[in-house]
Amino acid sequence: MGVKLLDAWVSPFGQRVRIALAEKGVEYEYVEENLAEKSRLLLESNPVHKKIPVLIHDGNPVCESLIIVEYIDDVWDKKPHLLPAHPYLRAQPRFWADFVDKKIYECGTRLWKLKGEEQAEAKKEMIEILKLLAAELGDKTYFGGDAFGFVDVALVPFTSWFYSYERCAGFSVEAECPEIVAWAKRCMERESVKKTLYDPEKVYEFVCFLKKRYGVE
Amino acid sequence: MDPLSPPPPPPATAAAAAAGEGAGCCDLKLLGSWASSYTHRVQLALKLKGLEFEYAEEDLSNKSPALLQSNPVYQKVPVLLHSPRGAVTESLVILHYLDDAFPALRPLLPSDPFDRALARFWCHFADDKLGPAVGAVFASSGEAQKAAVAQVHENLKLIENELREGAFKGKRFFGGDGIGILDIVLGCGSYWLAVFEEVTEAKLVDPDAFPLFYAWLKDFEAQEEVKDTIPAIDRLLEYARGLRQMILSHTTTATAAAAAATTAAATSTNIAVDSST
Repeated sequence: MGVKLLDAWVSPFGQRVRIALAEKGVEYEYVEENLAEKSRLLLESNPVHKKIPVLIHDGNPVCESLIIVEYIDDVWDKKPHLLPAHPYLRAQPRFWADFVDKKIYECGTRLWKLKGEEQAEAKKEMIEILKLLAAELGDKTYFGGDAFGFVDVALVPFTSWFYSYERCAGFSVEAECPEIVAWAKRCMERESVKKTLYDPEKVYEFVCFLKKRYGVE
Repeated sequence: MDPLSPPPPPPATAAAAAAGEGAGCCDLKLLGSWASSYTHRVQLALKLKGLEFEYAEEDLSNKSPALLQSNPVYQKVPVLLHSPRGAVTESLVILHYLDDAFPALRPLLPSDPFDRALARFWCHFADDKLGPAVGAVFASSGEAQKAAVAQVHENLKLIENELREGAFKGKRFFGGDGIGILDIVLGCGSYWLAVFEEVTEAKLVDPDAFPLFYAWLKDFEAQEEVKDTIPAIDRLLEYARGLRQMILSHTTTATAAAAAATTAAATSTNIAVDSST
């Protein structure tokens, strides 16, 4: 029955799964969902949230991007391991991936959706979030250390949204957090990331479309 | 202290972690709050695994240096300190850590990867959807509360459905024959349902509407380790009544009620106490 991924091209959550599958060399069928007209398969596979991504493995649906990534690491228990073997060293990536999940998307959405004081507040928060992540990265190659890992997978899709955040809110990620930009460049040298992430200009086009749709000037 | 300033680097190196090999149970210390259901999750997990630990009650209006240093990102309880490795924060991360660190002691997660993914999905649902919905009931009144109650019922229907004909059909607990991670996560929030029903007079868990969920909850609450963990009901009622008074006296508009809902959604965590001052 194989592996099928229900996804939407621009979704950073879907991209996490695509990167994980690529890192593990798993072959799968990619299904582009029209989110304005969700397929029956999607509605049946994720009846609770009706959201992508959904990984269907031998007919069994797995939902929620970080849960899917961990599932992939569990099932294809071979290199590269996205979570380290040692218990304490596993806890840190879980914490930081959860941090990325709680903070980046929500704050990023406020950056393009809001204006004035609310946008300024979101900008301040985003910079603080990125600075915290930069501190956690330190001088490591990846968040996983020498090895590309769980937190890298969780965060890297959002790097193609930085340009959109910068354009909408008026700031420079490179100026505020050069370490994060340098890390993003290193990630882009990986085949899995390079072939999954879209050009930031293309993402910005999409954000502009969203802004029109929500009536944000 | 700026909660978002970069934390000091933790000893998360292979050497430091390896130094913890064979660490005894008395090296475990839990920073918690007696009314925090997130703290209860960890206490229950530790008891189920038969692990001894030192417990330190945090005054959330005056957080200890140990808490601020070990959880600089969120400054919240629970925090598990496992000497000499370091701190683990966020209750679900802690529960996973306990399974990773003590795999031979009563696993909290299922062994099958798909079952694990399923348990994690519903834990996330509990934290993302059900918890905030219950908090919203507690923080509101009138029409807003009616809407919040309807939302809770929608969420409970989904869980009831999984018990009746879904992933957990025919099981005594979500973890199977014994309590697992999802029982802990759902259970340690669910005792608040009865408390909130009493304090707000909203009907949340109707045994006729949600017979399987209700039966599971009673079974869960009857377990020795659970009885040992959950505070006495009159203490919880007193706490909830006090908080409810404060919320109602501060909220006069639906907007304010919504803002308070975020605060009260964490009634079962420490945030409510902290941000209410």
